[in-house]
Amino acid sequence: MRSWPPAGLVDGGPYHTLPGWTLRNRGSYNAAMKVTLFVTCLTDLFAPQVGMALVKTLEHFGCQVNFPAAQTCCGQPAFNNGFTAEARVLARRMIEVLADSEHIVTPSGSCGAMIREHYPELFRDDPLWQRRAAAIAARSYEYVEFLTRVLRVDLRGFSLPEKTTFTYHYTCHLRGLGATGQETIRLLEQIGNAAFVPLEKAEQCCGFGGAFAVQYADISGAMVRDKVECGARTGAAVMIVNDGGCAMNIDGARHRRGDGFAVRHIAEIIAAAIANAPPPEANRS
Amino acid sequence: MKHSLANAPPREPPSPNASGMALPVFYPDFLSEARRAATDDALHNALDHSVTGKDYDRREILRELPDADALRDLAGRIKRHTLDHLDYYLELLEKNVIRHGGRVHFASDHRQANAVVIAIARRAGAKLIVKSKSMVSEEMRLNDALAQAGIEPLETDLGEFILQADHDHPTHLVMPVIHRRAPDIGRVFAQRFQTPYTEDPSALAEMARTYLRRRFNEADMGVSGVNFAVARTGSIVICTNEGNGRMCTTRPRVHVAIMGLEKVIPELEDLPVFLKLLARSASGQSLTQYTSISTGPRRPGEHDGPEEFHLLIMDNGRSRLLAGDYRDVLRCIRCGACLNACPIYRKVGGRSYGSVYPGPIGALLTPLMNGLAPHQHLPRASSLCGACYEACPVKINIPEMLIHLRKDMVDARITGPAQRLVFGLWSWTLRHGWSYRLGQVAQRFFMRRLRGPDGWIARLPGPLRGWTQMRDFPAPPRHDFRHLYKQYRRAQSRPPSGRI
Repeated sequence: MRSWPPAGLVDGGPYHTLPGWTLRNRGSYNAAMKVTLFVTCLTDLFAPQVGMALVKTLEHFGCQVNFPAAQTCCGQPAFNNGFTAEARVLARRMIEVLADSEHIVTPSGSCGAMIREHYPELFRDDPLWQRRAAAIAARSYEYVEFLTRVLRVDLRGFSLPEKTTFTYHYTCHLRGLGATGQETIRLLEQIGNAAFVPLEKAEQCCGFGGAFAVQYADISGAMVRDKVECGARTGAAVMIVNDGGCAMNIDGARHRRGDGFAVRHIAEIIAAAIANAPPPEANRS
Repeated sequence: MKHSLANAPPREPPSPNASGMALPVFYPDFLSEARRAATDDALHNALDHSVTGKDYDRREILRELPDADALRDLAGRIKRHTLDHLDYYLELLEKNVIRHGGRVHFASDHRQANAVVIAIARRAGAKLIVKSKSMVSEEMRLNDALAQAGIEPLETDLGEFILQADHDHPTHLVMPVIHRRAPDIGRVFAQRFQTPYTEDPSALAEMARTYLRRRFNEADMGVSGVNFAVARTGSIVICTNEGNGRMCTTRPRVHVAIMGLEKVIPELEDLPVFLKLLARSASGQSLTQYTSISTGPRRPGEHDGPEEFHLLIMDNGRSRLLAGDYRDVLRCIRCGACLNACPIYRKVGGRSYGSVYPGPIGALLTPLMNGLAPHQHLPRASSLCGACYEACPVKINIPEMLIHLRKDMVDARITGPAQRLVFGLWSWTLRHGWSYRLGQVAQRFFMRRLRGPDGWIARLPGPLRGWTQMRDFPAPPRHDFRHLYKQYRRAQSRPPSGRI
């Protein structure tokens, strides 16, 4: 079974033990852009390495990253299931926690869409909160969107330690953010040693949908089976999935079926590529 | 409003729609239908070949337009305008149909609508009615009503013809017979025509064609649906690919066109907007093979067309939708693009939706027209991926409306107490920093105890077991993000040691 990334590179140990992390290339993009991390509850508990990859990469590109520890959940599960009052309470909390922010960046497309699309709508009858919600919405970004539209990063100098093939699953909620998925693929193709193979039915939902996956396990199961079969057919070593929920769903089904590919967030790949760059000392000599 | 129902008193046929619902329900048990379909690989393959393929065709051909998105926007706005002024446009339509020598009938529900068609047929002395494809007639279960009244209805759309011969129901808005396989259809034909079995599509089509040609000549009355009704000119527009629609509307002496009251558009100039979108969205064509615009019956000196033209406009619960929060659902032009784009439809098939309208639009229409309680699974069984909204040529925000229906179910307490308790507790936990962290700690503790040697959970307990039916669940790693982040910041603030 292939394992990727190689042990010790990304999830093998705490990040600060990686060589030369914070010394290289700092400030070469936008000087000290302040970024507030909205890490999402799923990433916090189940995929902390993705959150750390966000911190590391954003700092690498010159951002000043902070993480308000008071944040919990954006309220998306309640909102999606019709519990609007509950969602509103959590949204108010999130808006207060994120009030003093310049740019809000999240690793998860659906949580980003919740803030951007649904927060203003949630307070349709409450002008005061709607204004606050709209202010938050206007400065929140999904990670890839932030890299490509705000930071305009160029990853062409970076390269992975070994040749790896990637495929990419389009996270449904990127639709609400006006992203086509090409942004992620373009970033990936800039990285040396990273080869991209397209995924069949890439834009077909993986079947996560929160409570839907548990309540309608048969339907959701059929959907994720389709996704994992398509993934296995690509022969890629890694499937890029930029959403905590989708990743959990696809990875769980992949593990059950015993398919060999890994499921990763693009931030993990970028972090690995940055970590793999030759140390600046070597460049200088 | 003056209308001709007054002179044709509705004689009610026994209702085929159980318990007076607006839509007939063929398969009431969503869960068992969906469960069966979800493991049917043959169905999934067939749907992938047809609907998924059509979805890609749609995207491909929409790129031909200079600005498809702006056109969809325009189409949506024309529909919204028409719905906002529906009373005006319906009266205008009625006036102009009458001006061209046609007659207009309004029916408030499917019973009245069936009664109108039967009354017209009786007056014309019709024994045989040829029908082109019409979803509204499915909604009325017109074929059953006609048969009960001793009149033979004959579906002439090839797909509907097959379904009628086998007493089956359509499972797609534009490809009604999509759930049947070739051998299956061969068997139906062999039985219907008493001929040797074949599954060669062109042989089967030829058989149906020869038969239908003869029957078109025998029919006294034709019934068609309506894709668009132009208020200003009193014209009806029918888009088909087989040409049978034109035979139904021109060959018999009497033509009855049936429409839901939302099918009206203001002007002839609005028509190209919809024609450009309809065929592209429905079947990936730039235009359907036949686009027929008919205005009234045959006039003196004309060579073809029916002697009598009737337009039947059915409400059947639509005006109630017009008044509520769900007005936008009436923009629908029944192209089926949302079905083709829907990952759920691709897995459960059209039958699971239980009624006349399958797919995402059906998940809205069925509970909206029949009531939420009997159809509560339809709005819930969606991952809200938004593919339908992206595909919709008139930009109906289907996912948003599904969420709204879920909210209605919570408000009406159709959503069960267990779910209400779970969401109440869950949201309370997330309201405070301390309880959130306590919750995370508890989750990590229990889940790490459930994990197997490979670090994955193969069986979740209780109501969560659905997850582990098809996939494993990841056990949370030892440290959460906030812990790693704190460690990382602490390490940064320490003076660097060792390696520089």
